[in-house]
Amino acid sequence: MPESTRSLALTVNGATVAVTPGTTVAAAVLMAGAAARISVSGEPRVPLCGMGICFECRVSINGAPHQRSCQILCQPGMQVLTAAAESCALAANRRTS
Amino acid sequence: MKDGFDILVVGAGPAGIAAAVTAAAAGLRVGLVDDNPAPGGQIWRSGAHLPAAAQRWLARLDRSSVVRLHGWRVFDCPQPNLLCAEPNSAAMTSESRVRAELSFGKLILATGARERFLPFPGWTLPNVMGAGGLDALVRGGLPIAGKRAVVAGTGPLLLAVAAHLARRGARIVAVCDQASRLQLARLAAHLVFEPAKLWQGANYALAMLPARLRTRCWPVAAHGSDRLRAVTLRQGAKQWDVDCDYLACGFHLVPNIELPTLLGCRIEDGFVATSEWLETSVPGIYCAGEPTGIGGAELALLEGEMAALAASGLTHQARGLARKRRGMSEFVAVLAKACSLDPKLRALASDDTMVCRCEDVRYGALRSRANWRDAKLHTRCGMGPCQGRICGSATEFLFGWRDTPVRPPIFPALLSSLASPDTPTEDLVAAGAPSHSAKESR
Repeated sequence: MPESTRSLALTVNGATVAVTPGTTVAAAVLMAGAAARISVSGEPRVPLCGMGICFECRVSINGAPHQRSCQILCQPGMQVLTAAAESCALAANRRTS
Repeated sequence: MKDGFDILVVGAGPAGIAAAVTAAAAGLRVGLVDDNPAPGGQIWRSGAHLPAAAQRWLARLDRSSVVRLHGWRVFDCPQPNLLCAEPNSAAMTSESRVRAELSFGKLILATGARERFLPFPGWTLPNVMGAGGLDALVRGGLPIAGKRAVVAGTGPLLLAVAAHLARRGARIVAVCDQASRLQLARLAAHLVFEPAKLWQGANYALAMLPARLRTRCWPVAAHGSDRLRAVTLRQGAKQWDVDCDYLACGFHLVPNIELPTLLGCRIEDGFVATSEWLETSVPGIYCAGEPTGIGGAELALLEGEMAALAASGLTHQARGLARKRRGMSEFVAVLAKACSLDPKLRALASDDTMVCRCEDVRYGALRSRANWRDAKLHTRCGMGPCQGRICGSATEFLFGWRDTPVRPPIFPALLSSLASPDTPTEDLVAAGAPSHSAKESR
């Protein structure tokens, strides 16, 4: 079926990830090997419930923070940033300023 | 409001789909709002291998006049007969974000259920997920072929998940149910009288042959540094480690009753109380599916149809369904018994085990608290974005705490959604965008 073999590309923390249409952003983040968020005490976390309840899958999508990635489908060119990458970026900013 | 929906259905799983399709067939103006990108709920999550009944109902929904809002989350009820929803999709820019105002004559709540999670050391490690959680991610595109998975917890969902993961090429290294063999035998005996369920059960069992189901067995610890590497399982006095890539662990289901609670519907023993015709304690508000009692998709479909007929004033057409439902009510009780938790599971968490994942509150900080409210005030347990949906059912089992009443917004919402002028139902329907995009994605 052409529908399932066709792929689309998005980026997770700057790295390109190719997925089939219908793939959730949460799955793409896991495929990229990234933790979705860092907990308040510093633990890396990935989705637990997969259904929009637990909020462990929150990432930034196209600049919009706190998106529940398990309920959002990948779109071509989507830019996904996980909290792990964001906190690194912030730390780098602090060092340079 | 004259331009609102005659009937609004919240939740597009089996109960919600059956309710919406049935009410639309009665000639009413029907709205269906759900926070997932496509209809089907959790049990009929899109992807291959949908049962025939699911395909039939989804096709009926496609042919119906139901106005569908997929990817919209209801977060408030600012006045009677009006719900507010916010779109999930980040594809929308901040300018086009709107708060939807959904007005209705009658309301059918089909909000479904979620998994119950119990804390044990290491359960917050990446790749420790819910049983339904991992299943949902795999259906959402996560490759699982060649990965080693342990499926654990309790309930019939475990076998369904293990079978599905195995079909997708996962190596199921263990399936453990905390229930006793006797508990499961009683459930199995009941399934004999339900041909459809028996068929499903047999299918699960056949797919499962390589890894046998262990009873009275559960994970006591998950190990790894950056992510899961191994799980310690315990069965009676025996304890051993299993290397794995994923632990899919869920302890049956708990109903999503936040919205019914917000609306003032009476809750009894954790479920929404209804009349024989599925009307809640609030006139004009009906409830169908798992929030009235965990009974699976078959019962949810039946209740969805019943609730729609009752809400449409066609109770006389629902008599046959009501009779059938009474016959199935025993199954709800049998299932609950089969999934009742072994008190020994209360000893799983140690003092430094996380209980509240949002606020990182550990078991040791909660042990001395008097109740849920006390824990919230002193430790921030349940005060994070999930609003206690995960730790609430855990602390209920661990400490016997019951949630206090909910307050709006029942999900975190943007300030702009809380404060912005409303988009009235008729504009939203005229724009057609929300439901249209979701239809295309299927």
